[in-house]
Amino acid sequence: MSYHNPTDLPSALELIAQGDGKVVAGGTDVYPSAQPGSAPDFYLDVTRIAGLSGISEEADGHIRIGAATTWSALVAAPLPPAFDALKHAALEVGSVQIQNAGTIAGNLCNASPAADGVPPLLILDAQVELASAARGYRLLPLAEFIKGVRLTGLAPDELVTGILVPPQPYPVGTAFEKLGSRRYLVISITMVAALIGLDARGHIAEARVAVGAASPVAQRLVGLERRLLGTNPAKLVIGGGDLARLSPIDDVRGPADYRLEAVAEQCARAIRRAARIDRAAHE
Amino acid sequence: MNKKPAIDSIRFTLDGATVEAFPSPGDRLSQALREQLGARDVKIGCNAGDCGACTVLLDGAPVCACLTPVHQATGRRVETLAGSQATDPILRALAESFQDQGAAQCGICTPGMMISATALLRRNADPSEEDVKAALGGVLCRCTGYRKIIDAVRGAAPKVRAGAGKVGQPIRRLDGAGKVTGAEQFGDDVAPAGCLEILVIRSPHPRAAFEFGDLEEFARATEGVEAVLTAADVPGVNLHGVLPQFIDQPVFATDEARFRGEAVAAVIGAPQMIARFDPARFPVTWTPLPSVHDVDAARGPDAAQLHEGRADNVMCGGHVTCGDVEAALAGADVVVEGHFQSGFVEHAYIEPEAGFAQIVEGRLELQACTQAPGMNHEALVLITGMDRSQIRILPTGVGGGFGSKLDLSVQPYLALGALKTGKPVRLAYSRVESMQSSTKRHPSDLRLRIGARRDGLLQGMTFDGVFDTGAYASWGPTVANRVPVHASGPYRIADYRARTTAVHTHNPPSGAFRGFGVPQSAIAQESLFDMLAAKLGIDPLEFRILNALDNGVPTVCGQVFAQGVGIKPCLESLRASWAAERAEAARFNSEHLVRKRGVGVAAGWYGCGNTSLPNPSTIKCGVRADGTLVLHQGAMDIGQGAGTVIPQIFATTLGVPVGALTLVGADTDVTPDAGKTSASRQTFVSGKAAHLAAEALRKAILARMNAAPDAVLQFGAGGIEARDAAGKHRLDCAVMEADAEGYVLRAEETYDPPITPLDENGQGAPYAQFGYAAHLAVVEVDTALGTVTPVKFVAAHDVGKAINPMLVEGQIEGGIAQGLGMALMEEYIPGRTENLHDYLIPTIGDVPEIRSILIEEPDAHGPYGAKGLGEHVLIPTAPAILNAIHHATGARIRRVPATPARVRAAIKALGP
Repeated sequence: MSYHNPTDLPSALELIAQGDGKVVAGGTDVYPSAQPGSAPDFYLDVTRIAGLSGISEEADGHIRIGAATTWSALVAAPLPPAFDALKHAALEVGSVQIQNAGTIAGNLCNASPAADGVPPLLILDAQVELASAARGYRLLPLAEFIKGVRLTGLAPDELVTGILVPPQPYPVGTAFEKLGSRRYLVISITMVAALIGLDARGHIAEARVAVGAASPVAQRLVGLERRLLGTNPAKLVIGGGDLARLSPIDDVRGPADYRLEAVAEQCARAIRRAARIDRAAHE
Repeated sequence: MNKKPAIDSIRFTLDGATVEAFPSPGDRLSQALREQLGARDVKIGCNAGDCGACTVLLDGAPVCACLTPVHQATGRRVETLAGSQATDPILRALAESFQDQGAAQCGICTPGMMISATALLRRNADPSEEDVKAALGGVLCRCTGYRKIIDAVRGAAPKVRAGAGKVGQPIRRLDGAGKVTGAEQFGDDVAPAGCLEILVIRSPHPRAAFEFGDLEEFARATEGVEAVLTAADVPGVNLHGVLPQFIDQPVFATDEARFRGEAVAAVIGAPQMIARFDPARFPVTWTPLPSVHDVDAARGPDAAQLHEGRADNVMCGGHVTCGDVEAALAGADVVVEGHFQSGFVEHAYIEPEAGFAQIVEGRLELQACTQAPGMNHEALVLITGMDRSQIRILPTGVGGGFGSKLDLSVQPYLALGALKTGKPVRLAYSRVESMQSSTKRHPSDLRLRIGARRDGLLQGMTFDGVFDTGAYASWGPTVANRVPVHASGPYRIADYRARTTAVHTHNPPSGAFRGFGVPQSAIAQESLFDMLAAKLGIDPLEFRILNALDNGVPTVCGQVFAQGVGIKPCLESLRASWAAERAEAARFNSEHLVRKRGVGVAAGWYGCGNTSLPNPSTIKCGVRADGTLVLHQGAMDIGQGAGTVIPQIFATTLGVPVGALTLVGADTDVTPDAGKTSASRQTFVSGKAAHLAAEALRKAILARMNAAPDAVLQFGAGGIEARDAAGKHRLDCAVMEADAEGYVLRAEETYDPPITPLDENGQGAPYAQFGYAAHLAVVEVDTALGTVTPVKFVAAHDVGKAINPMLVEGQIEGGIAQGLGMALMEEYIPGRTENLHDYLIPTIGDVPEIRSILIEEPDAHGPYGAKGLGEHVLIPTAPAILNAIHHATGARIRRVPATPARVRAAIKALGP
């Protein structure tokens, strides 16, 4: 067993192709999921690879979140309002300790149904950039990258190098709603992220809603999104049909029927907040 | 490419100095810091990022050292509490403010708290409460309830006063310095790095037969294995327990394992081997057997019997009867009844069980975290078959206990390991094995009926409680006996019948947990009181005041206290807050549709000490030839403050400042047994013994010096000085003959509270004193999601005499946090919530403002009138919260925890 912390991407890609290595960045999922007695062939630490940390704007207007970018770095970065939901989610990931070490890309690679980072990135139409020594770069939409519980489209010889977020066509607001049984350090019972763009009359012209912890992989509610177009967000009602794509489970955090009910409420709240309708006063 | 060989050194800056470590690939930073670089102030609570105890600063940012690959620190800057205190003014100031606020109780989370706070204060010198919460949200504390930590970080005015530490003065903890510098040694901090370690092999099934393979071959063939332990290695009796008639738990299971996590064997080996060993490789074959997991199934016809002689898996029961309850209920104007349930609650101290043992000059010396060194001693005599003089128990610091560290955990494995190998051995439970194998709060299934007259006076109560006592007895009999005595609450009920049954299941053993079953029964009784008050149209607080016990009024056991019954003043002290908070809630609710506020009240009482059983404490003191005054204080301080309160009592009675004392702690070689830290007995029982010992020593000194009874004593510089009206007297200790322990004068006194046995109806005097409490809770319920947010608590406690008011407040705030957890989020489910991210305890963000009201209704037996407090503090909390939820929403929660899903379901059940 060995530990490698290369400083350039080609070296890292050459290494990962060599066998059963464990990629480590913040360690916030690697260590808790480690089983006694089983060790990888080697550790590949990606935190020192040049160009893999940090957030930048590409020439085409895409925002690139480097694969080794921590939640704290994301929160500190100046980003357009479309990223508000993602930043809000970042502040809800574990604790300051976890946010200082854990990475957004690691959250995606861990592929937990309750990953806080996934719904806010789904509503941004984020793409995952993968690289391998043999085949170079490829891009996968986030919804295709995460394939199931703890299952991703990452090939054994690939590394995630970044997350790309396309520019939004016009001004939008986003919001994130997390439901847990306590403040801080809590795995979500359910979570919802919403992106809303309004037309001149204040009606919904762009709607994207994503739900986490209510299906094996976080889902965009495309039916609801279509239904919302042209409606007045102040008169919003979420019905059971809007949530048809979800398949929550019963577990220690809550039963399935409760999750569905909570998601409906969270969708309404997230959409209203993303549309800048402040109902908090009389809620 | 910078490929590196496996064993290479890395360098980084640790607290300003360049250090070199030799880690294996994948080692955690916490391992290197603790085992290679001596930074044992970096505590391991969970090894999963769930507790934050191991927080260090990496290039100035707080991270969990347990989640950081040590290689990642290469070339970077690591800061720890102990190492950076000398040079960092913020850490030094925090060390003062943590002591001035009482922000460190057991101290196990303190390094993580202080280092996290340092990072905050470096960028924000004047943080708001919300800033502090966000910065410390990742560090769990199980003792303090967080409020004093927030105050300490924000630099609030000190709660302590400088002074002699007389009874009644809020002084700093006498053991506080070690907690805020990281110097205090806890269970896993005493073993030398590199010594042999123990890994316990546990049943992965709740019930299983098992067969070992060739253990000798395994030990021979597995690199790094020193020895294997099984029941065959137990020289004495392969059993332990905490009550003489109920010693039923094997050290190593032999016939079958009766709960998931039960020990069957242990491997002793080098640290590297233990760290990498997969327990599945141990040569044992399991045959899972049908198991029962609730009290109904356990008493059913198909259930396997867990223990011989306990038919239907009923271990024992308890009951108290007075008056004619059926006639009373039949004649009552109003009767309410209810069925209430609760699940397992995990103690979740941040320090998992840990210790170290070695053979010293042929004797077994064991250092471990414990609440009961004397009981550990007795148990190891039985297990090892050794003479008691050949065993020394030297407790370490205790990182929280709350009842579970009364029972044995690591101790027998350490003892057997040291005896078998002849070498020093070390064992620290992982969080998972701690949660699997340690005792829990008893799940309860309670059915009650309570009647009242139209004028509001209580008329008759029945209580039938079934408790899941798990696979072994532990303190189950104590719960069964204590609950019927307490289930009435602190009220006058002339006609009463309470019965309890403790039933075995294939769940982990239920044992002692702060309150011994009373918090569960209080939930049921106090909820029904609100229902009764509503039916009668009487204000819930006034209903309780009307029925409260008083001096001269008999309890349900027929015990009449002529003095010291302080429940009425507790309840009356809440009247102003009750009116104000109910009015404020009404205003809030008139303006909000979804979020609703409610205000609830509940009371509680708790008998201090063992129930109708002997319960002595012994305190020894002496003066050395050089004039040093020594107090042997054997009451375990598990964070609650016995190590400060008992010296305050002793010093006050002797007539010296507390600073004049040289303290010797628990050590079975030199300090007499002050009994277990349990049942809220230390301030009362050991405090009284300390008072008596101080009186005896003072008397002996004054007689020897021929000084007046009111003489002022001063110790030191080779003797004792006494000043009285006649002038100055001096006793030259240096010329006096010292005894074998070096004392020229000594005293040793024992106190055992006066109690009587309970008769066949549970009538008698089970306790010499009760303490009393009443809590008011304000909550906000999100009625659409079912989430409950506590907004405020007002807590009134009759403590008889607050020996150290700051420590009293600390107990109250910590108890409320645990009660809040029990009410809203905590439920241990074997096999499913065996870690601190699936089992949730309150974080700093969950505990709101707490206002404490101290009532001092002196008790005739307690030292300076003091009563116990440690358990009273959480008994009213959960029912007060449930009553507040009802007030806010109309929904009555009958099963805790009131999770968002349960609260939402209860609200929905009310209809539109």
